[in-house]
Amino acid sequence: MKEEIIIAGFGGQGVLSMGKILAYAGLMQDKEITWIPSYGPEQRGGTANVTVIVSDEKISSPILNSYDTAIILNQQSLDKFEKTVKPGGTLIYDDYGIMNPPTRKDINIYKINAMDTAIADKMEKTFNMIVLGGLLKIRPIVEIDSVMKGLKKTLPERHHHLLPMNEAAILKGMDIIKKMN
Amino acid sequence: MNEEVRLMKGNEAIAETAIRCGADGYFGYPITPQSEVMETLMALKPWETTGMVVLQAESEVAAINMVYGGAASGKKVMTSSSSPGVSLKQEGISYIAGAELPCLIVNVMRGGPGLGTIQPSQADYFQAVKGGGHGDYRLIVLAPASVQEMADLTALGFDLAFKYRNPVMLLADGVIGQMMEKVVLPAQQPRRTDEEVVAQCPWATTGKTKDRKPNIITSLELVPDKQEENNIRFQAKYKKMEENEVRYETFMCDDAEYLIVAFGSAARISQKAVEEARKEGIKVGLLRPVTLFPFPKKPLAELSKQVKGILVVEMNAGQMIEDVKLATNCSVKTEHFGRMGGIVPSPDEITEALKTKIM
Repeated sequence: MKEEIIIAGFGGQGVLSMGKILAYAGLMQDKEITWIPSYGPEQRGGTANVTVIVSDEKISSPILNSYDTAIILNQQSLDKFEKTVKPGGTLIYDDYGIMNPPTRKDINIYKINAMDTAIADKMEKTFNMIVLGGLLKIRPIVEIDSVMKGLKKTLPERHHHLLPMNEAAILKGMDIIKKMN
Repeated sequence: MNEEVRLMKGNEAIAETAIRCGADGYFGYPITPQSEVMETLMALKPWETTGMVVLQAESEVAAINMVYGGAASGKKVMTSSSSPGVSLKQEGISYIAGAELPCLIVNVMRGGPGLGTIQPSQADYFQAVKGGGHGDYRLIVLAPASVQEMADLTALGFDLAFKYRNPVMLLADGVIGQMMEKVVLPAQQPRRTDEEVVAQCPWATTGKTKDRKPNIITSLELVPDKQEENNIRFQAKYKKMEENEVRYETFMCDDAEYLIVAFGSAARISQKAVEEARKEGIKVGLLRPVTLFPFPKKPLAELSKQVKGILVVEMNAGQMIEDVKLATNCSVKTEHFGRMGGIVPSPDEITEALKTKIM
């Protein structure tokens, strides 16, 4: 098993931390992991992205041309990364602010209304966990248990009361993701 | 606890490992993409546990001279910076090499020249390997290609620095510094006691006792005959490094008809290019120097007899290629593929360059 993932959106949407949570969940399952962020000024507004590779075997390049799965959270990222999904791969996008939705026929496209749902259900702070839930429904790369274990390990104890909120967001995401083609 | 597998950035692994190696002091000045080294040290507060000093100096120049002072008294000391900051340190590095002192200098390279960009680059190869500062000196230059190696080579760097009484440079780049991977850190060693420092570093300025002459640490020698003696001694030491400290890794070289040579993050990307090319039936292998000085001349010379062409992949305009050509005596077609200015090549680009440039 090897899953090459790009997560891309605006700085501040929790793109990097979503990748980190996925990486820690992989660690819990003893997988090989590489997590590499865009670390430029784009983090302060503009687009941010992170590449996460979760694999049973040793990982060669952290830099990739194409991805098994792309998680896209804004139009700029969609324009940039739709073409980089491998044929037969998966593209998950949040259509909040998307004017030109994805059009490729040779990949599996899913929509998740995570932003609208987060606002409606007052779950703004766990927006990225809703998206992560959607991903795990379609691509069960890691188990939810591992995600929760990873969160518990990385969050300082004083934040542990937020864990149920995060789990609820994951389940919400699993519930609302829709296949588009 | 010590055997625990952790997930962390390359920069963080350097900081964690330095504490565990029993380092006595870190002196630095923040710069992207390596600021996590000092940030991690500040967060871990080793002055409360091992007694290690962590100090943000007023400049890179101050930091390297604090390293000079610490090293002169036999302490295990280090600094870290990125390209423009490492340029500022060069005078101090030359003095430390001239005074024959051990220390670890980390350069997490970014694009240049000048202030350049904060994105990854390998354009400081010449600076690290060929001098950088003035005078006939060499650094031992270690090129990590993973977060695990950021840890391993930090530990090795301290060891080699003391073994040869010579500054060691850890030459990484923004990719390796910012990337998170799994890592197993070395076990915690205590810092050496004052008595151990005196015993292990009889040359150090630890306070003169009645039974010995004063130790003098200096890179100044105005008598040419004596300075030449020093130079001859340095050169003998560098030769010993070339004999004993060459480290490299090969990947799929046994039946290779073509060879890629790359270090650091460029080697990781090249490895994927090799995997992809192999799927197409192209018999290509990879040689990755782990030590850039001393350079793996012999294995390259050997492989050059076997292959039809060599592609040197670097994130610069072509620097290590000179050492590859010297090692192989230009006996085989050797071409360069590089991206510059903070652009990181993709595996596809490397496979394409392999096909168009050397096949």
